[in-house]
Amino acid sequence: MKPAPAVTAVEMGTRQREISVSEFFTKNRHLLGFDNPRKALLTCVKEAVDNSLDACEEAGILPDVTVKLETVADGQTPATPSQATRFRVTVTDNGPGIVRAQVPRIFAKLLYGSKFHRMRMSRGQQGIGISAAGMYGQLTTGKPVKVISRTGPRATAHYFEVQIDTKKNEPLVHENKQIEWTQPQGTEVAIEVEGRYQKGRASVDEWLEQTSIANPHVRLVYHTPEGETKEYPRTYHELPPSPKEIKPHPYGIEFGMLLKMLQDTKSHTVAGFLAGDFCRVSPALAEDICKAAKLSPDTKPRGVKPHLAEVLYKTLQTTKIMAPPTNCISPIGEKAILSGLYKQIKGEFYTAVSRPPAVYRGNPFIIEAGLAFGKGPEESVKPQQAAMPLAEGEDHGQDTELARVIRYANRVPLLFQQSACATFKAVLNTTWRNYGMTQSRGALPAGPMVIFVHMASVWVPFTSESKEAIADYDEIQKEIRLALREAGRRLGIFLRRKERAAGEFRRRNIFDLYIEEVVEACNRLKGGKLPTEQLKEQLHKIASTRTGGLKTDEALGKTGAGPEGLPHSIIVTMEGIEGEAEVAQQAATAPVIAGTATQSDQRLVAKAPVKAGKKSKSVAAIKDKAGQQDLFVEPASPVKKAVPPKRRPTATRNIRKGK
Amino acid sequence: MAQAKPKKNGAVEKKLIGMADVVIAAAQRAKDPTFAIPIRALSNVSFNPRKGLIEMGEKKQARSFFNVGMAKKFMQTMLVADALSELQRADLTTSLREIYYRTKHTIQDSHENTFDTQDESDPIIEDLEVSLVALREELHVRAENSGSIVGPVVFGDDGDRVDCAKLGKGGYSVPSIVEPEYLEIRRCTADFLLLVEKGTQWNRLSEDKFWRRYNCVLLTGNGQPPRGVRRLARRLHEEHRLPVYVLVDNDPWGYYIYSVVKQGSINLAFESQRMAIPKAKFIGLSSADPERYELPRNVGIKLNDKDITRAKELLNYRWFQKPAWQEEIKRMLANGLKFELDALANKDFQYLTKKYLPRKLKEKDWLD
Ligand SMILES: Nc1ncnc2c1ncn2[C@@H]1O[C@H](COP(=O)(O)OP(=O)(O)O)[C@@H](O)[C@H]1O
Ligand SMILES: [Mg+2]
Repeated sequence: MKPAPAVTAVEMGTRQREISVSEFFTKNRHLLGFDNPRKALLTCVKEAVDNSLDACEEAGILPDVTVKLETVADGQTPATPSQATRFRVTVTDNGPGIVRAQVPRIFAKLLYGSKFHRMRMSRGQQGIGISAAGMYGQLTTGKPVKVISRTGPRATAHYFEVQIDTKKNEPLVHENKQIEWTQPQGTEVAIEVEGRYQKGRASVDEWLEQTSIANPHVRLVYHTPEGETKEYPRTYHELPPSPKEIKPHPYGIEFGMLLKMLQDTKSHTVAGFLAGDFCRVSPALAEDICKAAKLSPDTKPRGVKPHLAEVLYKTLQTTKIMAPPTNCISPIGEKAILSGLYKQIKGEFYTAVSRPPAVYRGNPFIIEAGLAFGKGPEESVKPQQAAMPLAEGEDHGQDTELARVIRYANRVPLLFQQSACATFKAVLNTTWRNYGMTQSRGALPAGPMVIFVHMASVWVPFTSESKEAIADYDEIQKEIRLALREAGRRLGIFLRRKERAAGEFRRRNIFDLYIEEVVEACNRLKGGKLPTEQLKEQLHKIASTRTGGLKTDEALGKTGAGPEGLPHSIIVTMEGIEGEAEVAQQAATAPVIAGTATQSDQRLVAKAPVKAGKKSKSVAAIKDKAGQQDLFVEPASPVKKAVPPKRRPTATRNIRKGK
Repeated sequence: MAQAKPKKNGAVEKKLIGMADVVIAAAQRAKDPTFAIPIRALSNVSFNPRKGLIEMGEKKQARSFFNVGMAKKFMQTMLVADALSELQRADLTTSLREIYYRTKHTIQDSHENTFDTQDESDPIIEDLEVSLVALREELHVRAENSGSIVGPVVFGDDGDRVDCAKLGKGGYSVPSIVEPEYLEIRRCTADFLLLVEKGTQWNRLSEDKFWRRYNCVLLTGNGQPPRGVRRLARRLHEEHRLPVYVLVDNDPWGYYIYSVVKQGSINLAFESQRMAIPKAKFIGLSSADPERYELPRNVGIKLNDKDITRAKELLNYRWFQKPAWQEEIKRMLANGLKFELDALANKDFQYLTKKYLPRKLKEKDWLD
């Protein structure tokens, strides 16, 4: 075989050229979320919605966002949504709008944005989102991105059609005109893309639903490709507090970043640079750091040699510096989480926990957790109906449904790579058995439950560029576990209480069940001549006095007493709602434009009447009731020498087994 | 002795109907319907040394309807009572298993069965036996036929003459109900009765015509002797003065079988009156036999933990307090071994027939 001919520098030089953005994009599409047509469709929706929400919140506007997915006939007859390969994604918001001059670059230039250069919590981070979606559309359908934007009622609306010059990474404006627009303010983006629409896991539908759970302050309307309209109403009427921008903390930067900051700084001395460009570094501390790094405080930042910069970097990491301020993060808040869970998930019990801020590697963050448990009060009250009576040896198939984890970073749902995510690991590492759930070793707890985990941070550490799973730092893991533990503890209280009530309830039920049998047996024994109705009535009467009618209701929590010891929780029963009743009420009474949707798990209209205001009686009163509960034991049996009904295994049995 | 059938049935049926009356009366007075059921456990039996019988004590437990823990059992008790009264009316007999099926159904508007397994209905029948003081036979419930008899005895069974000396090596299958009105003992010329625990040894003895040589009746219940077998042994013992010898494995279970034959069971102590044979003797296997008959240690089986606990329990029973018995059981514990009757085949297939039993009988080597 001939050796491969050596390549000369000249030959290589002929191949060295600028890499076009389209090449860059095609090579990196998996990092940007365009791996396959189904995910690509979701990513387009996600980028546009994230931008709308970020813009609205920054402008102090309660977001009103409409998402529309339409199939596009690809030359031939229009395909059904599940078969279609081409879609138009249109996202409209009521945000601040975009000034005319910026529109082309925002939508048709990669790596152009307002968020990359700031240390501030937001959904988007890299200025790559919406233009990448546009680029994807352009590459797969050849169609330009269509944008309408209006910055206020008195401004005119502008319509744009833009594409990227893939060689230069510069926008090409195809169309730009003033138009009449019904909206007084906001932005509308329409992108035509190759995609696939499929419901279920990691679908557009799931993403929007989860978005609405973590963002109950958003009103979201979704026109599905099937022509349905789903509305996720606004159930929380306050904007999240606006996060503040902060300077980086010395612990949170990489060495490369330090070098870059040294180049970019406006300060003329290293001491000034340290004190001015980092948070928590006072001028005095800056001097100390310089001294420790054996660096003159007056050195010009750009003059620091790389090996000295390395010493400076190490010194920064080992110097004791106060943790960064945490007011730069805006948590969702317990009330809002409750509201989101309650409106979107049918259940019997909801709770939410926001941890105090913590810090990992100089980055402040907040962990929030929530639980929605149960199948809804209707479901839990009616006895589960088995399809058929059981044969000997059969048993009721245990409910093996596992809990579902919904994960968020800065309010954005994470739908992929669940098992790599710190949140998921923390859920597995929590001993749910302590809180009355069943859980196999190393598995999710079993039962009808949704576990909500949110990490809010200026800089969420992802495991990879595709930003799908949160990296497992010890500090983060610990905070998630603490949050889950508190939520679990409250669930445990709820479950124990419910079990106690169910005991009472079941008691009455079994009597009702058996009275029929006993009366019929008596009737047959008496030769069929018994006034059975009368006997039944008498027995039912005894049953209800023995089980204590009112007390059962109390144990079931039907008397309006709030959930004692359960902060930031909602309990839903057939009769009403306890706990954070205002939250639930807001969710229940929010204006609803019911679409044709037949979503089973979507609480479009809350059915339960709300007992707001009737909040908990005093703790003492409740304790009192518990006391009564205990007094209510088995009726004294009329036989004097009663022994416990448990029969000791007889000798025969024992010995037979031993054989 | 033999009472006329109709009258007896009437009495039992009345008792069963009385249970419905308890419910009706309680309901009228807004009281919790409750039955008092004698406790069938060691705590509620006593040994009467004079009679040599286990007798049932006075302790009762309440079974109330409006008590979560008992409601289902109460309901089940009524269903079983109903089924039993149906048997009485129709004058039919049936098995425990058929009662279970007869009373099993799904409770209306639920997915709950009245009974899930036979383990739930069997004890209720025993409860009713003791509460109503009615024998299982009187309740028309029969056990499976699982006993065999061979030897010089003649029965009248439904008008048929059954000569157990002329039935080959298979013998006569002992019915489950052997009360005089069902089974008549017409003639018995045997000198004694040998009750063998296992079918294998009974077959061996029958095949070898041991009964002819020693003029005895051979009876087996294939394990724990069923009621029919025990009752028949008792009748032969009582009506024809046959001494009864019990041949069982040498293990705690064997001792227990013997004790049930001799003084009745703890579970159904009230039946001892009609079942127990206080004069029955324990002929083997004794824990002294391996040495005396030179059984090698390697045909023994190591006592397991359950055997040991069980043997220690037996040591405490009132009816095993005789010094010879204490010695017998302690010897087994000391050896740490149990022996099956089958182990005798180690010496010779016919060792049991030709050597072991003849020597035992000759030496009158038995325990009382
Ligand atoms: N709907 C919108 N309303 C107002 N401004 C927007 C909207 N969409 C995008 N922008 C602006 O365009 C910038 C670029 O967006 P994008 O390419 O998605 O990157 P990123 O969101 O990471 O900053 C945003 O930073 C924001 O300033
Ligand atoms: Mg963005």
